[in-house]
Amino acid sequence: MSTERAVHHGAMFDTDELVINMGPQHPSTHGVLRVVLRLDGEKVVDCDVVIGYLHRGIEKLSENRNWTQIVLLTDRMDYVAAATSNVGYCETVEKLLQLEVPRRARYVRTILCELQRIASHCLWVGTHAMDIGAMTVFLYAFRERELILDLFEEFCGARLTYNSMRIGGLPQDIPPGWAKKVLEFCDIMTQKIDEYEELLTHNRIWLERTKGIGVIGGEEAIGLGLCGPALRGSGVARDVRKDEPYAAYDEMDFDVPVGTAGDTYDRYLVRMEEFRQSLRIIRQATEGLPEGPIVGKVPRLIKPAAGETYHAIESPKGELGYFIVSDGKSTNPYRFRVRPPSFCNLQGLRRLVRGHLIADVVALIGSIDIVLGEVDR
Amino acid sequence: MAQAIAFYVIAACILGFGVLVISTRDTVHSVLFLVLDFLFVAALYVLLGAQFLAAIQVLVYAGGIVVLYLFVVMLVNLKRPPEAHQDPHRQTKLGFGLAAAVLVELGAIAAYGYAHPAAAIAAPATAAIPVSGNTEQVGWLLYTSYLIPFEIASMLLLVAMIGAIVLAKREL
Amino acid sequence: MIDQLLIPLLKIVIVLNATLVAVTYMVLLERKVIAWAQSRLGPMRVGPYGVLQPIADAIKLMIKEDITPVRADRWVFTAAPIISMVPALIVYAVIPFGPTIHLFGRPVSLYITDINVGLLYIVSVASVGVYGIILAGYASNSKYPLLASLRASAQLISYEVAVTLTLVSVILMAGSLSMVEIVNAQFNQHVWFVFAQPMAFVIVLIGGLAETNRAPFDLPEAEQELTGGFHTEYSGMRFALFFLAEYANMIVVSSVVTTLFLGGWLPPFPNTPALHFLYYVPSWAWFLVKSFLFLYLFIWIRATLPRYRYDQLMNIGWKVLIPLAIVNLVITGIVKVLVS
Repeated sequence: MSTERAVHHGAMFDTDELVINMGPQHPSTHGVLRVVLRLDGEKVVDCDVVIGYLHRGIEKLSENRNWTQIVLLTDRMDYVAAATSNVGYCETVEKLLQLEVPRRARYVRTILCELQRIASHCLWVGTHAMDIGAMTVFLYAFRERELILDLFEEFCGARLTYNSMRIGGLPQDIPPGWAKKVLEFCDIMTQKIDEYEELLTHNRIWLERTKGIGVIGGEEAIGLGLCGPALRGSGVARDVRKDEPYAAYDEMDFDVPVGTAGDTYDRYLVRMEEFRQSLRIIRQATEGLPEGPIVGKVPRLIKPAAGETYHAIESPKGELGYFIVSDGKSTNPYRFRVRPPSFCNLQGLRRLVRGHLIADVVALIGSIDIVLGEVDR
Repeated sequence: MAQAIAFYVIAACILGFGVLVISTRDTVHSVLFLVLDFLFVAALYVLLGAQFLAAIQVLVYAGGIVVLYLFVVMLVNLKRPPEAHQDPHRQTKLGFGLAAAVLVELGAIAAYGYAHPAAAIAAPATAAIPVSGNTEQVGWLLYTSYLIPFEIASMLLLVAMIGAIVLAKREL
Repeated sequence: MIDQLLIPLLKIVIVLNATLVAVTYMVLLERKVIAWAQSRLGPMRVGPYGVLQPIADAIKLMIKEDITPVRADRWVFTAAPIISMVPALIVYAVIPFGPTIHLFGRPVSLYITDINVGLLYIVSVASVGVYGIILAGYASNSKYPLLASLRASAQLISYEVAVTLTLVSVILMAGSLSMVEIVNAQFNQHVWFVFAQPMAFVIVLIGGLAETNRAPFDLPEAEQELTGGFHTEYSGMRFALFFLAEYANMIVVSSVVTTLFLGGWLPPFPNTPALHFLYYVPSWAWFLVKSFLFLYLFIWIRATLPRYRYDQLMNIGWKVLIPLAIVNLVITGIVKVLVS
């Protein structure tokens, strides 16, 4: 039993703290996250988040690859939303090159990003519900994720690590009939979201398990650097798609859902509404898809002028930013740095779990939606 | 004859496990022997035809109270060597004195039983019970002849329960 | 000789074997029903539609390496799975699958025995089964199982109080603790007790879910929180015993609920002349169909609901179910006195 023993005074009976290791091999830490919990009974007194088990040195590796090769490395960061990572990187380089991307390419990027958001949220709703014990939602969500993977496979040939973007545009145009399939998928998904919500949103146990768990106010969430749905759940309407539009988001009409209470339930509701908003964007982009070229005027040898730039996009997890420095001499970036949303959100975990029970730790890890590939890079 | 054999076997087990309860060093094992002890006491009740009492013995003692013992023993984690052996306040003489007193008392009861065999067997007014069946008889006796002791016992339990809550929860 | 020794022995053999087969197939049923709920197929490889899957599972579990952790409490570690399996099986001794029937010109009762404290026997034997889980958690000498066994002991004691208190109101209705007499009482009163005691029915059902560690009360083995809970350190056949005990307990709970509330082997609205044709269905068939419905309900609930949290579970037990059970008991008593 516990070898580390600390005695709590103050209470009438002295109690021992139990230190347990959650992870890196644990069914609910979504990969290889390790959380060292200090427990008083089942109550979490404190926790340490240990990361780095999936570190592959992607940032350093990128400094030794040429600009086109890096796209493939960005796949391996947030591997459940590889397309958004691709888009984010390509746009950063385009900004550095001051390259104009054709409108059609920007529209297709928007469709891909939003499909990817739905796929990522499917995985999130499935695993989050599974962590809280509702196993069926997981299978349902994966059923629909499968449809998206099929769409991606048809577009770029891969199902997980897509390598689906090129600097300046798209690797190839969308296949014939693809747009129709996307619209069909939108119709299916609209019904399925209601199905998930039927199982969870008004479920009494779900409400009891998520309401009032991990409450965090807007100010504090900003202070901790939370982003994406985790921040919007606390009532801060920060969305890169609206605030600093990229791809074709400035031409799209959509809402940014925000929560009020800042608890696990509100973060859940925000993401569920994002499903619907994503579908809305996909419909608009697919129906209004312009004709035209798919690649801009890309120089044969990509070699940006000396300078640095930061560009962020809204990945399913939050603000995914790339900071790239070019020295203007070599064909590699001089410095390559990623601001991964999962990493920033994970910073909040310690604050969120304190005072809750073990079962809530699992719910909270699910509610901030992390992917360890992106945290460790 | 068979009943006598069964009785002696069960009684021997009860005594044997009783000794193991106090002689085992591991607290959890000791509690487990206590459970076995209770189960054999229940078997003894069955032998006496008191099935209701046997079931209650298992339900309340083996299944309820000892689970709580186990709960506490596991929580306080007595893997450390027991400190009682170095207890300076140990009242060895008093202990032996009390043990001797109990022994004498047991001897006296046994001697009395031999001297007045009829008194030991005389059942108290069984004939007056108008109901048949084990459970019914227990119920009848509890709510007629033994009503006041029964109510006092429940009061006592209530007081103990409130006391435990007050002790455990300082600010209510 | 035949009546006293051979027939009871034969009945024990039949019931034990039937139970063990039912338990292994219960696992398959659960996998199939959940697969159906989740738009999957479930096991399909072993035999047609996977019907031989339980046999393959049993063989696999038996030939697996049996690991005892080095720092485990060896004796208790070995005893724990046995302690949880045995009570789950001996409960079947008093469950009446049907009334006394005539077979080859000889009266044969469709239950192993009918003791006059039958219901109490079931409750007390079930209460001993708790030790299996508690000791498994303790003996593993590991932190997650320990937490699970603490959860289990608190959970089982709390729900036992609620269930036992509720059973008392059923006993009041029937005027007996014998399982056969309880069914006969429903026959004489022309009504299943589920209609006379709806509150008790719901409490016993919820309590039964909690006592068998089924979703949404499967906290002692919550995989997502405690990595499997009390049986984390178990492997091979010992793990299988815990698994089988859980399913055996599920069958026990559904049989008991059927007997107490759904008239056991009786058809709906028993002893009503207009519905006499229902007696053409054999008594044991009624019993099996009703028990199966509960088993299906258990699986259905597991596929649908999320899991409760530990403190919420205790709140429901102590602040909702136990007060309701007491109120129900008092009302039943008052009504009973007023009617008689």
